[in-house]
Amino acid sequence: MRTKEAQRPPCSVRREAVVMGGSAGGFPALTAILSGLSPDFLLPVLVVQHLHPGDEGLFAQHLARAARLPVSEPCDKERIERGHVYTAPANYHMLVERDGTIALSLEARVNWSRPSIDVLFESAALAWGEGVIAIIVSGASDDGARGMRAIKAAGGLTIAQEPATAEYPFMPQAAIDTGAVDEVLPVEAIGRRLVECGGWQVKNCRL
Amino acid sequence: MKTNEIEHIEIDLLLEAIYRRYGYDFRSYARASIERRIRQFLSGSGCASVSEMIPKVLHDEEFFTRLARYFSISVTEMFRDPLVYRAVREKVVPLLRTWPHVKIWHAGCATGEEVYSLAIVLKEEGLYERATIYATDFSDVALERAREGIYETAKLREATRNYQQAGGKASFSEYYHARYEAAAMDGSLKERVVFSSHNLASDSVFGEMHLVFCRNVFIYFKRDLQHRALGLFTESLVHGGFLCLGAKEDLRFTDFRDRYEIVDDKARIYKKKDGP
Ligand SMILES: C[S@@+](CC[C@H](N)C(=O)[O-])C[C@H]1O[C@@H](n2cnc3c(N)ncnc32)[C@H](O)[C@@H]1O
Repeated sequence: MRTKEAQRPPCSVRREAVVMGGSAGGFPALTAILSGLSPDFLLPVLVVQHLHPGDEGLFAQHLARAARLPVSEPCDKERIERGHVYTAPANYHMLVERDGTIALSLEARVNWSRPSIDVLFESAALAWGEGVIAIIVSGASDDGARGMRAIKAAGGLTIAQEPATAEYPFMPQAAIDTGAVDEVLPVEAIGRRLVECGGWQVKNCRL
Repeated sequence: MKTNEIEHIEIDLLLEAIYRRYGYDFRSYARASIERRIRQFLSGSGCASVSEMIPKVLHDEEFFTRLARYFSISVTEMFRDPLVYRAVREKVVPLLRTWPHVKIWHAGCATGEEVYSLAIVLKEEGLYERATIYATDFSDVALERAREGIYETAKLREATRNYQQAGGKASFSEYYHARYEAAAMDGSLKERVVFSSHNLASDSVFGEMHLVFCRNVFIYFKRDLQHRALGLFTESLVHGGFLCLGAKEDLRFTDFRDRYEIVDDKARIYKKKDGP
């Protein structure tokens, strides 16, 4: 499954957004990926990390310190901007609407989680189809596995953190086991991969 | 055409069928979440596609009732977001005191926890006796439970912390009577409350209000329905009346931002400006 960087197929699809999911041990992995993205990164990044219900925005603040892109917890109906990182607030599911806005919801927990990675990924697959790049990192849950399948089925690019490098390998492994993961990479390589794919649009616009 | 796009059409048709058959307008509900719930229902419904649900919805009321249960989300809790109740005590109550009588509307009160929470605050602030509280929702099931005011004892115990963080002045357990697993809210907390059915999508204003609570309802609405509901609240509120939205519902993203000033940004409490 693991592809060498040189062998990867070139990015031939117009990507519109990145979605990422993490749980236990997700924070260091997500910060490592985000710190690899420079302020001119073009795609929006939507993040679901399983949080303590009393988090009150702390996760977003910590992530903001590591990232060079602006990071915030969105409000319902907020328009999704390029080069901005959105993190799902504790106790709310975060979904994407087809009109490019964020929807928050208090629906029942999914995989014992609210926010749930599956909920974000499945809505992203519907809204952006092949334009999505989805990433699953460390966790002790199998949330996100169904979502990865939905994104793969819609033609998106799916990447899992290499389980051996994850603090909790269960979650990326569960995603890989669905057969829907395109690339298995350590976090540093995921950052580089995003830059390759996210940069594609600019290069082509200038041609 | 991709299957996703075809399903999108099917869902449009299903929502149209529901509206024309039963009068419930879910066409104006936030789409991603409605779609998710329809898909969920579909997988256990015995139907092979959303299209197959349409004749059933039209001809089988019981089928529709089961589906409608999937659409209605009434997750709530006592003193949800304690800082809101603290802000009400500190920034809203002093102004409510200046009116001889205060009318309060909880729109989308769900199973009532929010109503009892605010009633407790009003009691402790000495305003309860001159308040009339309207608690409305379009879900009769939720309203019935709100009217009963019976909750799991364990849940109420958990809410004690919220109550304290909300600036509670007594002991929370004084407000309910526990009998094993279930606990009933004290009868005095219902005396000033009128529970009634009201649909923000189709009903109109029913009185002049000093404070409107409409929390975590807009997240289910599309912009047009949110606009309608905000129109109702703005019509209903007296000048200087207060509006309180959910923690992630920002009036700045609506067309009504200029009609209100911010009283407390984090608590999402707004005050209606004078003028048209
Ligand atoms: C998540 S609950 C919010 C409960 C409470 N306000 C809170 O914040 O804890 C949302 C409520 O809105 C109600 N609702 C949804 N659409 C409505 C409509 N068109 N008119 C009135 N109530 C509606 C639902 O039935 C549900 O009880």
